[in-house]
Amino acid sequence: MVERESPLGPAYRPGRHGNVAEAAGVTLSETRPGSIVEVVSWPGSEKAALAAIKSATGLALPNMPGAGVSKKDKAGYGFAPRRWLIIDGREGVEQQLQKAVSDKIGAVNDLSHGRTAIRVSGPRAEWVLSKLFAVDFSAEAFPVSNGCSTAHHEIFAQIQRTGKNQFDLIVFCSFARAFWTTLCHSAEEVGYEVS
Amino acid sequence: MRISCPYCGTRDVAEFTYQGDATITRPDPASTDQNTWNAFVYDRANPAGKHSELWQHSGGCRTHLVVERDTVTHVITSVAFAGAKRKPVSAAAPKRKAPARKAATRGKAPS
Ligand SMILES: [Zn+2]
Repeated sequence: MVERESPLGPAYRPGRHGNVAEAAGVTLSETRPGSIVEVVSWPGSEKAALAAIKSATGLALPNMPGAGVSKKDKAGYGFAPRRWLIIDGREGVEQQLQKAVSDKIGAVNDLSHGRTAIRVSGPRAEWVLSKLFAVDFSAEAFPVSNGCSTAHHEIFAQIQRTGKNQFDLIVFCSFARAFWTTLCHSAEEVGYEVS
Repeated sequence: MRISCPYCGTRDVAEFTYQGDATITRPDPASTDQNTWNAFVYDRANPAGKHSELWQHSGGCRTHLVVERDTVTHVITSVAFAGAKRKPVSAAAPKRKAPARKAATRGKAPS
């Protein structure tokens, strides 16, 4: 595979930033998964597509809007009708999905090189994200493993809650540095660690 | 204003793009009747009150929605996936009457 370069460039500055009076409110990181793949099913083939995703990745996604599964090194969720996003630490998951999802079921789109995965974790993760997106991030409205698609000032973002205080964001590579910079600014008041 | 997307839930209107009057039906593409095409492109009722509109959740799941909205109060009474409600292109002509027009008010067809 082609060596991937982070689009965050010099904006990615590991270390402790912002408010240092207290413990860091959030930790920001780029998770760099090997595969980010979109699976689409034709109308009526939703169950077959979910079965194919399970056979290829082991992820048993519920057939519910926004519902997903989040494991240590792989995750998936529905982000639109008949559309699911699969994120896997390994490279080449797209080929496995291509084999499992026949053209009678739907289509598979490899986005691994076109998206950047950013993780926001820590006790103030909900607070910081609430400043950026008009989405309810409380655990009741946005339970662990659920995902959604939304936008920050026209920058499309897909967000999954991957832990009690942890969210994984997928943004376009081309907007990743701008979004990352905004995210850092938003985290300044609570103090943040880039790791 | 907020719109409740049937997939994503309630979201700010900033995530949506207005796509026009949902009561308009595209004429048969084979039709050469200028009155019909003129009505399709230009004639809109512009009601002050209940209105059926197309919106796309462009900053979210990207589906097209039919939104029943009051243009005076902005109260939304229903939101549904457009695909579930819209008839295919070959469907019958729109029920809403287009205002009568004189042939002379339109440009000539290219010769
Ligand atoms: Zn939506």
